[in-house]
Formats: sequence, structure tokens, C-alpha cells
Amino acid sequence: MATVTADTAHQTPKTPRKRSRYKGLNHLSGVDRIVVSLMVGVPTFLVVALVWFPAVGSVLLSFTNWNGIGSPSRAKWLGLTNYQNVVTNYPPFWPALQHNLIWLVVMFVIATPLGMLLAVLLDQELKGGRIYQTAFYLPVVLSLALIGFIWQLMYSKDQGLINAVTGSTIDWYGDQSYNLGAALVATSWRQVGYVMLLYLAGLKGVDPTLREAAKVDGASETTTFFRVIFPVMRPINVIVLVVTVIESLRAFDLVWVINKGRNGLELISTLVTQNIVGEASRIGFGSALATFMLLISSAFIVVYLRIIMREER
Amino acid sequence: MTTATSAPVDAARERPTRVVAKAARPRRVGRVLLYTFLTVMALIWLFPVVFAVISSFRSYAYTAQNGYISFGGFTFSNYVNAWQQANFGHTLINSLIITVPAVVLTLFLSSCIAFVVARFTFKFNLALLGLFTAANLLPPQALLIPVFRMFKAITVPLWFSDSGTLLNSYWGLIAVNVAFQTGFCAFVLSNYMKALPRELYESAVIDGAGVLRQFFQLTLPLCRPPLAALATLEVTWIYNEFFWATVLLSQGDKYPITSSLNNLRGQFFTDNNLVAAGSVVVALPTLIVFFVLQKQFVSGLTLGATKG
Repeated sequence: MATVTADTAHQTPKTPRKRSRYKGLNHLSGVDRIVVSLMVGVPTFLVVALVWFPAVGSVLLSFTNWNGIGSPSRAKWLGLTNYQNVVTNYPPFWPALQHNLIWLVVMFVIATPLGMLLAVLLDQELKGGRIYQTAFYLPVVLSLALIGFIWQLMYSKDQGLINAVTGSTIDWYGDQSYNLGAALVATSWRQVGYVMLLYLAGLKGVDPTLREAAKVDGASETTTFFRVIFPVMRPINVIVLVVTVIESLRAFDLVWVINKGRNGLELISTLVTQNIVGEASRIGFGSALATFMLLISSAFIVVYLRIIMREER
Repeated sequence: MTTATSAPVDAARERPTRVVAKAARPRRVGRVLLYTFLTVMALIWLFPVVFAVISSFRSYAYTAQNGYISFGGFTFSNYVNAWQQANFGHTLINSLIITVPAVVLTLFLSSCIAFVVARFTFKFNLALLGLFTAANLLPPQALLIPVFRMFKAITVPLWFSDSGTLLNSYWGLIAVNVAFQTGFCAFVLSNYMKALPRELYESAVIDGAGVLRQFFQLTLPLCRPPLAALATLEVTWIYNEFFWATVLLSQGDKYPITSSLNNLRGQFFTDNNLVAAGSVVVALPTLIVFFVLQKQFVSGLTLGATKG
């Protein structure tokens, strides 16, 4: 990584030839060394202590029967018992998993293509393009918890707009055959704007000569998009995919403000929280659920890191 | 591409004009359709926000009598009631106490990491950046148990936190927010810093500037654009943060405004106009930041992601 040969030096004109003189940390004075170590050490300590250590902790606790009383050293090692219980002996687990999957599919099949379509349409020269853009990404500024409240104005049983217009008496947030759909509409409202923004940025980065070349060859705009632009945007596509998976897994706020993730709105994230914050603090059991989330997300984080770090090598 | 005839020049010259002539009519129709579609979609997208604003100005008694699809009954009293019942003055200050230090610390610490990663080449350079960036993407719920227990176990002086532990203290919440957000900012900033010309640092070194001066007097001033973008973004994210505030603060009097809304649900559920007013009050700070700094906001959201 750090080997700068004569060949690579003139391949990358940005790097001056004298680079090797300043590359190492060995050339620093004593004071500078302390400064650099602090600059790395303090933030690293914070992230390791509050993110990575807890991540490992969750995995370890998931193999124990710790009930949260006394020190964790008193916990007994249980092996995979907690996982077994999660799968076989915990009624909300499978519905939660199913809801997480439905969530992901909806984000992927509805919100993502719609966001992409809007980005492609807005990428052209349009009068008032900025106004349209603003309208679509306005919800991105709002928190998901707040979105839950704003959509209550549509969904409320007695005072909601939907029931007022259609004359139905459905309790959209309360009835478990409707509330997941209602929550997904509200989430999509935000996600579409976010996806649109990512694709707009991606489209701006597409080399304009590619489009011209396609035009000269007589390709229609649709063909150009699917045959030329879309493949070039592959990194953005993967990033949107990863972000969608991770955000679907982390979905929490909206569901928690609706009914704390009960009665048809169970998600893995709310089950973990209920097991800790609720009356029964089943730490080992909750940790098994948490580890499950960690496993899924880390697979996608690796993909994400590989893409965004590619050009640094 | 398919025209491999003897007169490729003519074909190339003819083709564009023919295409334009043929396409002129459908094009105009297409334009009208495009604008119609976009306008309809934009109106649908704006509708929930507009409806919330309108509802917030209508009186409960009027809408209860005349239905929610009616006109009239405008009043400002929902805001007065919401403000008093929800104790918004207090929770807004809590949000301020949490958001401002968290954003400043996040930007400062991520600048430090980004600077070292971008300026020096060492063995674990990329791994370090990966450690931070990945941390930003882990699901917070999966870390909840150890963090909650740790915060409960760490005792701090009472002047630091009146609960005596990091649980239920502003500083605990600030620390978690900073730890989570540093990764994203460090990644964006390091990309920006890598693009700064090396000659600047070479001449700074020759002038005898130490690392601290290179950081404060050279790098940070040059990084104003990404810092502004990230500041805008982080303000909205940390202000909107809901999960950690809900689980780490057990006393309602420390809740930031976003999670305090949840506590008010019980009080509010009988009157949706009051919910609307509350929502507008909570949304207002982010909406102001968004409209004033729209350019920074958009570039901030896309900064990290366009790097593909």
C-alpha cells in the first residue's frame, strides 16, 4: 500500500516525487508524536468503548444466562441455549423477522425504484427543478418518530383524514392487519426522497460524454439509461442497496412511537429493546436477538466498506 | 454503431436531423406529461406536511362539529396549549444542551482522525478508517445492552451528572451520539483532506510548523465547505435522534424534544390538532436549518455516498 515505485509515481500526477520524505510518522518530533497519538487515540477510544466493545459484549452475553443482577462474571455459560429459545420458544420472533423482511422488500421494490425514477426525471433540464427536488426530499429532514406523528393525522380512527374522506372506521395504527402497511407508507414517504438524493448525486457524476456517444449512436433515452447510465452507476446501486438493508434492519423510531412494537408491528429492533428496558430484563436472551442483528448488518457493512474504500487503495 | 456503410459521414450528418424532426411532437407531449407527473407527485409529497400545518391552526371543537374536511375554525390556541402541556420550552433547551456539544465534538474528533489518516501514511491507515466508518452503520439496538449496563455501572461525580452515573445524564447521551456519528464525518473529511495539495504541507513543514499548527491553521480553514455541510447534517441527525434518548434517559425532565413527543402521546391522543401543533413545533428547527442551509444539507447527504 505504501510502496511508491517509480512507475506509480508518474501514473498518479497528484503525488509529488518527494512524497517519501514526509510519509512516515518516524520523522515527527516528540511533541508532534504525542499530538498525533492523542488525535488518533481519543476518538478511537470513544468508538471502541461505545460501539465495538458493546458489539463484542452483546455477542458474548448472548451465550450466557445473565439476568442483569450482580456482575456479569456470575453469569453461567449456556452455549446456544438462548438462540434455541429465540427460535423455538419466543412467539414474537418469527413475526418480527417476517415484518423486517416485508419492510425490506417494500423499501426495495417500491421506494427505491420510485426514488430512482424521480432522480432520472429531475436530472434533466427542468424549469423549477429545484422546487420539485425540495418537495421530495423535505421529509428526509424530519425524524422518523416525527413522521409517525404527522401520519397519525391521516391514520387516526376518529380524526384522521383517510377515514374522514372514505367513511371507513379502520384504526390504521391500531389494527394489526393494517398497521404494518400504514407504517410502511409513512416510511416510504421519507425513503423515496433519500434514494432520489443519492441517485441525483450519482447521476451528476456520470461522464457526460457517455450520453453524447449514446445519442450519436441513436439510442433512445430509455435505452441509454438502462444500457449505459445504469451500469455506470453500479457503485451507487450497491450503496443504495446496502443502505436500504441496513436501514430496514434498524427500523425502530416510527414503530416505537406508534405502539412500542407490539400488536402486529414487532420488529427485531423493538424486541431487543423490550427485553432490556421492559419489566423483564432478560439480558442473555435479548443479546441473542441483538447478535442476530449484528450478524446480518455486518455482512452488508463489509460490502459497503469494500466499495467506498476501493479507490483509497 | 450499426451503420458500417460506405458513407458513414453522410449517415452521421443526416441522422440527428431526422430524429429531431420525427421526435419533435412526441417530445412536447412528453414534456407536458413529465411536468404533470412531477407536479402531481410533488403535491402528494408535500401534502402531509401542509395538512399538518393547516390542522395545527384549527380548533378541535370546530373540526369535531364540522368534520375534518371543512374550512374554518382557525385559531392559534393549539400552539399555546401544546407549548404549555408539552413543556416545549424545557425540552427544546434539552435538545440544545445535547445537540450543540455533540455536533461540535463530532466534527472536532472526526477532523482529528481524518487529518491523521489523510496526512500520514502508516500501516493501519485504512483499517482505522474502516473501524470508524463501520461503527456508523451498526444497528444501535444491537449494542444497547452493554451500553446501558456500562452507563449504569460508571459512577461519576454529582456535579457532572445529577444521577451519579452516565445513565440518565446529558453527557452519556452526547458521548453515544458522538461515537456513532464520528465515522461518517471522518470518512467524508478524510476524502476531502486527501485532495488537499501536499505542497502546502511541505512548505508548512519547511517553515517549521508542527502538527498542531498544520491542523488548526492550515487544514481546518481549508475544510470549511465539508465542515459546513456536515454540521448541517449532524445538527438535524442528532436533533432527530430518538432511540438512544428514549432508552438512556429514564427521567422525562431530560428528554430532548423529539423523544418527549412520545411521552405526550397519551395527553395528545384525544386532539389531533394538538398533535399537529406539537409536530410543527418539533419540526420547525430542522426545517429552518434545512431551508437556510439547503445547499449544505444536500451536499452533505451526497458527499459520503457519491464516493463510489
